[in-house]
Amino acid sequence: MSAADDTAPANAASTADTRDARAAWALTAPALMLFIGVLVIPLAMTVMLSFHDWGQYKGIEPVFILKNWHEVATDPYFAEMFWRTFRIALLTTLITAVLGAPEAYILNRMSGRWKSFFLLVILGPLLISVVARTLGWALLFGGNNGLVNKLLMSLGLIGKPLPFMFTETGMVVALAHVMMPFMVLSVWAALQRVDPQIENAALSLGASPPTIIRRIVLPQIMPGVLSGAIIVFSLSASAFATPAIIGGRRLKVAATLAYDEFLNTLNWPLGAAVAVLLLVALVMIVVGSNALIERRYAEVFR
Amino acid sequence: MRTNGPLALIFHTIFVVVMLAPIVVVCLVAFTPEGYLSLPTTSFSLRWFRTIANYPEFVHAFWVSLGLGALSSLVALLFAVPAALAIARYQFRGRDVLAALFLSPLMIPHVVLGIAFLRFFTSIGIGGSFAGLLVAHVVVVFPFALRLTLAAATGMDRSVEMAAVSLGAGDWTLFRRVTLPLILPGVISGWALAFIQSFDDLTMTVFLAAPGTETLPVRMFLYIQDNIDPLVTSVSASVIAITMTALILLDRFYGLDRVLAGKSDPGR
Repeated sequence: MSAADDTAPANAASTADTRDARAAWALTAPALMLFIGVLVIPLAMTVMLSFHDWGQYKGIEPVFILKNWHEVATDPYFAEMFWRTFRIALLTTLITAVLGAPEAYILNRMSGRWKSFFLLVILGPLLISVVARTLGWALLFGGNNGLVNKLLMSLGLIGKPLPFMFTETGMVVALAHVMMPFMVLSVWAALQRVDPQIENAALSLGASPPTIIRRIVLPQIMPGVLSGAIIVFSLSASAFATPAIIGGRRLKVAATLAYDEFLNTLNWPLGAAVAVLLLVALVMIVVGSNALIERRYAEVFR
Repeated sequence: MRTNGPLALIFHTIFVVVMLAPIVVVCLVAFTPEGYLSLPTTSFSLRWFRTIANYPEFVHAFWVSLGLGALSSLVALLFAVPAALAIARYQFRGRDVLAALFLSPLMIPHVVLGIAFLRFFTSIGIGGSFAGLLVAHVVVVFPFALRLTLAAATGMDRSVEMAAVSLGAGDWTLFRRVTLPLILPGVISGWALAFIQSFDDLTMTVFLAAPGTETLPVRMFLYIQDNIDPLVTSVSASVIAITMTALILLDRFYGLDRVLAGKSDPGR
């Protein structure tokens, strides 16, 4: 009997475990089925589609060829387009980091009522359609006598009007505006974990404000800046509405090119190859930088 | 060290002005009396707001967006609430993989999702239909519904449930009368965030919408492609006004911080 006594609690524990696991799978089963049926399968089909053939008159042929991938890899048009996509995303990320991080810091030092008011003002645009926000920039840029150019010229910053519409400059400005709330939110979240007394301590020990910013504040909000940067970068690299409206039909990025291949040219396999490449590149960049950040800031996250 | 210096305040002022400028400009231009895009200099006119009525496709697209947003976030919750309860309460093999899968629509570019859904729906014969749009939106808003429900379920005090069970409550009664009311703030916040995501989505929906199932962002985008005139600014201004009214109402009756954070009222 002693052997049975020994195993009984273990058995009870393991049946409880199995029962828990069964309950858990029963509860997640509907969502899992939905995701396999309507996410995993369509994505797999898209990857397959990128290996299919296409002709202007014959349409899509379900054969396995590398034609599209060969075209994407060798045609300089695609290299230029992907380079533009990532250049725009990188510039947008830099601008949001350089302007968004100080703004989050300033916001955090405001008194309660002003703080929540301006937080709402800065995060509120997230709830307004990207189309409406980009339209606003199109109006502000508006040709050579748009408001932005008038303002820059009256301030004496530029001598003659800068082209904003249908240029990468315009795309970056509008994208930075669209993405800014994500950066402010991310840095804001990091600031919430910082003890303000550390700054006071540094001040009492004779550190100057620039030293405090550089040696106390910056290291502590860096994880927030970096995670914000990852979000902004991946959203900008796959952005569609802003590049389409500001960039027009000529200046293409990955998302607008895929859109044209699918809905105008109807070369679905080529469009699928562009989309799959964008997805793979983004996943690699995001996973890679995540690993880098976690190694660099392991002690901060802990 | 705890107050902002003048330089900081100047930076802040410029920052806020730039953040608001495009939105303010859209709203101002919407009131122009002219037939072209211009800031109203001499007089304000509601001309372009009245013109919306002559374009029933904008009104129709608004209702499509509203219905799609409400329905897809509701359906997403039907799948997300049980999944969130399972992930919050049980340690089981595959838990992390499932959580990552369920949050993956946040990380996949919407243009890729649009293409994948277009391909899939066309091959099973529901391309361009409302049903297709609905399923696609359910998947895309699922992470928002899941995250906020998860936050509520993780922070929930389970002793109330145990008390109910000890008093003889069955599974369904337990869920309906104890668990659901306790996680309801998180569930409602999840619904609201999911609704906003669905209502605003352009990148994915532009691939899936057909005439008749066009949502408002899609309708506006396609309109801008062909012509930019004050009409589209008055439509934008109307949507901005509706959004702000909804936010103010939500804040008045429910508390905006509760919606955005998915927290329950500590006083209750």
